[in-house]
Amino acid sequence: MPAQVLTITSGKGGVGKTTAVANLAVALASDGSKVVCIDGDIGLRNLDVILGLENRIVYDIVDVIEGRCRLRQAMIRDKHLPELYLIPAAQTRDKNAVSPSDMNRLIKDLRPDYDFVLIDSPAGIERGFRNAIAAADRVLVITNPEVSAVRDADRVIGILEAEEKGPAALIINRLNPTLVKNHDMLSADDVLDLLAVELIGIVPEDENVIISSNRGAPVAYDMKSRAGQAFRNIARRLKGEQVPFLDLDHKGSVWDRIQRLAGRK
Amino acid sequence: MSFLDRLFGKKASADSAKERLQLVLIHDRTNLTPAELDSLRDDLIATISRHVEIDVQAMRIGVEHDGRSQRLVADIPIKSAARRRAKKSK
Repeated sequence: MPAQVLTITSGKGGVGKTTAVANLAVALASDGSKVVCIDGDIGLRNLDVILGLENRIVYDIVDVIEGRCRLRQAMIRDKHLPELYLIPAAQTRDKNAVSPSDMNRLIKDLRPDYDFVLIDSPAGIERGFRNAIAAADRVLVITNPEVSAVRDADRVIGILEAEEKGPAALIINRLNPTLVKNHDMLSADDVLDLLAVELIGIVPEDENVIISSNRGAPVAYDMKSRAGQAFRNIARRLKGEQVPFLDLDHKGSVWDRIQRLAGRK
Repeated sequence: MSFLDRLFGKKASADSAKERLQLVLIHDRTNLTPAELDSLRDDLIATISRHVEIDVQAMRIGVEHDGRSQRLVADIPIKSAARRRAKKSK
């Protein structure tokens, strides 16, 4: 079966796109899938350090596009997972070095040989974002339960609708259950109410995410981490499994909400 | 939010966030600012009043959302012709 191409985007910067790509890649590859992740943030390369592969880079995506190396030469194999590869962003070039049709060609080459291609989109709605969504089969929009992130997510979802990219799926990242309980943070229900899209995951705020990125080993490896569990659950949902959402506020109301949303379609 | 805040009836910050986002998303999605909505309202009153007498005080106009689609909803009460005649003859 040809690869499923997924782009993770957000509008606003700093909400966890790169962390999500690294963790979903690790979770999918740990579960036996062949995965390639592509850093689409030309000029601000970061997926390499999150995955702990920064010392292995020889070629990057712009080298492939400009013909200085073959695609396979630019693919860095992960240290722990033999079926996980990274195509790094160029660090010294600007985002105009890549076009949407370049991305389409590159992805077309990858599709037959892998199960998942994950593309890490840059923040914003400019060229880099257009490149990142060009070849996507499905777009995952990630947001935080916070006013500016939700507003930008809504803008991005609107653009994806206008581009007929199919319905976006939402990841709510860095949800703090204690703040939600005290009515000092938007709940997952609130965010879903506002954005009216399908939910694919809720990731609780977890200090292990920072500790893991310090080490270059994504939190999805950490079997005790709640955030790691949440990312592993999203990976299983991407494979078509029905996995209940983590009960973060012990109300179990999120799942009801999803069913209501689904029933209305 | 603290117990004291709640005691003194201060609104929870998550509720403010949601209400503010609801309004801002409607404007982002429709490109309609509150000022434009007001001018639309005035235009509507002028146009409809040429045909029928309406109760401007009781009129309501706003943008509502159903999922990701927005609709402009106007509720415009028409003054009854009989009552108008009665008033005039007084």
